[in-house]
Amino acid sequence: MRRFLNSHRELLALTVVLLVVLLVMLLLSPERFLTPNNLRSMAFQLPEIGILTLAMMVAMLHGGINLAAVGTANLTAIITVLVIHATAPMLGSEWLAVALGLGTGFAASLLVGLLSGFLVGYVGVSSILTTLGTMTLVNGVCIVITGGSTISRVPESILFIGNGVLLGIPVPLLIFLLCGAGLSLVLSRTVFGFNLYMLGTNSEATRYAGINNARTLLGVYLASSFFASIAGIIMMARFNSAKADYGQSYLLVTVLAAVLGGTSASGGYGKVIGVIFAIVMLQMLASGLNLLGVDPFFAIAMWGAILLLVMALKHFLRQRA
Amino acid sequence: MRKLLQRNEFFLAVLIVALGLGFTIANPKFATIGNLMDLIKSYSFFGILSVGVLVVLLSGGIDISFTAIAQVAEYASVALILQFGGNLWTAFLVACCIGTVLGAVNGLLIHFIRIPPIITTIGTLNLYYGILYVLSGGQIIYQVPEFYRALAGATLPGNFPVLGAFWLGAVILTGWILKYSVLGRSIFALGGSEIAAIRVGFNILKTRLFVYSFMGFVAGFAAVVHTALVQSVIPNSIVGRELDVIAAVVLGGANIMGGSGSLLGACLGVALLAMLGNGLTMIGMSSYWNNVMIGLVILVGVTASAIQRNLQVRRRVANLSP
Repeated sequence: MRRFLNSHRELLALTVVLLVVLLVMLLLSPERFLTPNNLRSMAFQLPEIGILTLAMMVAMLHGGINLAAVGTANLTAIITVLVIHATAPMLGSEWLAVALGLGTGFAASLLVGLLSGFLVGYVGVSSILTTLGTMTLVNGVCIVITGGSTISRVPESILFIGNGVLLGIPVPLLIFLLCGAGLSLVLSRTVFGFNLYMLGTNSEATRYAGINNARTLLGVYLASSFFASIAGIIMMARFNSAKADYGQSYLLVTVLAAVLGGTSASGGYGKVIGVIFAIVMLQMLASGLNLLGVDPFFAIAMWGAILLLVMALKHFLRQRA
Repeated sequence: MRKLLQRNEFFLAVLIVALGLGFTIANPKFATIGNLMDLIKSYSFFGILSVGVLVVLLSGGIDISFTAIAQVAEYASVALILQFGGNLWTAFLVACCIGTVLGAVNGLLIHFIRIPPIITTIGTLNLYYGILYVLSGGQIIYQVPEFYRALAGATLPGNFPVLGAFWLGAVILTGWILKYSVLGRSIFALGGSEIAAIRVGFNILKTRLFVYSFMGFVAGFAAVVHTALVQSVIPNSIVGRELDVIAAVVLGGANIMGGSGSLLGACLGVALLAMLGNGLTMIGMSSYWNNVMIGLVILVGVTASAIQRNLQVRRRVANLSP
C-alpha cells in the first residue's frame, strides 16, 4: 500500500485537487453543475484542448516543447476544408473529397512534424527554437492560403466528428479517449516509448547505449503533429469553419495542463492518465466558474494560480521526503 | 577578421544591409530618413522589451509573462492617472514599479520553488493577465491623457524620435550593467553554469531576483511607450506577442540555454524583423507573407548556428585526438 502511494503520489495529489474542485463546484451551485446539460457541454469542449495537450506532452517527454502544435492543428483544418471545396465538384462524390481532404491535411501536418523532428533530431537545434520557427512559418502559411479570412462551409458529412454522439458518448470525447489510450499504450508498451522516456532522462546515456536518438526525436515530432491534426479536425467540425488564428490562446494552456498532469518540463517523466486528470480539472473549473456567472478570465487566473500552487506543493513534499 | 566572420552579428548585419539594398532598389522610398525614423519609432516598444528578454536569456532563464506584466502596467498606470491625475513621470513611475514587483514575484518563485522558469512564467502570465481582465472587465480605454500624444510626436534634434531614444537609452544602460557591474558579470556566470557560479561565490538569489525584476521594470517602461504609440489601452493588445520578442532576441544570436548573447545582436534581430515587416509591404508584397518570411529566417538562422556549433565541436575533438 505504502509502495503504491509512493509511486503514485503525483496521481494522488491530482485526484485530491480534482475532488476538491468538484466539491467546491457542487457546493456552490449544486443545481446547475451536475446536470446532463453541463456535463454534455463539458464533454464537447474538453477534447480539442485535451488532444492538443497530448501533442504538447509527447514533445515535453523528451525535454522539449512543440510550440507549433496549434498552428499545425489549424493548418490541417484549413487544408482539409480547402481541398474538399476544390475537389468536391470535380470528383462528384462528397465522401471521396472528404477522404482526399483529410489525407492532404494530415500529410501537410506530418510534413511540419518531419521538419521539426529533422531539425531537432538530426541537426541538433534546440526544440524551443525549432518549433518557434516552424510555428511562425506554419501560422504564416495558414494566413497566406486563407488570406486571413475564415474558411466556412465544412461538409455535413464530417460535422459529426465535432458534434455527433455515439452510444451516448460525444464523438470528440470518444476520439480523445482513443488518442489517450493509444498514446498510453505506445509509451508504456513499445520500444519507442521506452526509448523516449530514457532519452528525456539522459540523452547522452541513450546515445552511448546505442539508441538512435535522432530517430526517436523524429518520431516524437511526427506523433505530436499527428495529435495536433486530430485536434484541428475536431475544432474544424465543432466551429464548422477553419481559420489561421483559432485556438492560439490554447498554446500555453496546453503546456500548463501537461505540467499540471505531472509531465516534467525537463523531460523523462509524464503519464497520459495524469494529463487527462489535469484536463478534466481545468475544464471543470472553467465550466463551474462560468455557471456561477464569474468572468471567464477569472478561470484563466485560477489556472495560473493552481499551476503554481501544485508545483509549490510538489516541491515541498519532495523536500520532506 | 576571422573572428568577425564567426560572429552571428556580422551575418545579421550583412543580411540587413542586403535586404535594405534590395528593398531600396525595388522602392526608393524605403531608405528615406522619414521611413527609417518611423520604423525606429514603431519598433521602439518591441526593441525595449527585447533588451529585457536578452538579460533573462543570458541568465539561463526565460520569461513568457513579460507581455502580461506590460499589459498590467499599461492598464494600471493609465487608469490611475485618469482617476487621480498625473504626468509622464507618474506614468513611468507607476508602470515601472508595478513591473518590477510582478517581475520580482517571478524571480522569487523560480528561485525558491525551483519550478523551471518557462513553467513559472506561463503560470504567472495566466495569473497576471486573468486578474487584469477580471478587474478591468476587459474595458478598452479610448481616451488616454494628452501627454502620451505629445510623447509620441516628440523628436530630438535631427528628427530622431524620443521613443527611439528611449530604446537606445535602455540598450546603453543595460550594456553598462552587463559589462561593468559585478551584477552584470554574475548574470553571465549564472547563465554559463549555475553550479560554477555558486562555487565562485555569486549570490544566486540576488542575481535571479535582479534579472526577473529588471525584465519586469523594462516591461513597465515599455508599457508607457506602447501607450504613446497606440494612443489607447486595449487589455489584450500585448499578450500573445511574447514569442515574437523572444524570436527576435534569439535571431540576434542569444543562446537560449544561457550564458551568451549580445545587445547588438538583440537590436539587429529586432531590426531584421522590422525591415521584413516594413520592407515587404513597401515593395508591394502582401503583409500576409510576413510570418512566412520571419519563420523561414528563424529556421535558417537557428539551423546555421547549430551546424556551426557542431562543426566547432568536431574540430575540437579532432584536435584532442593525436
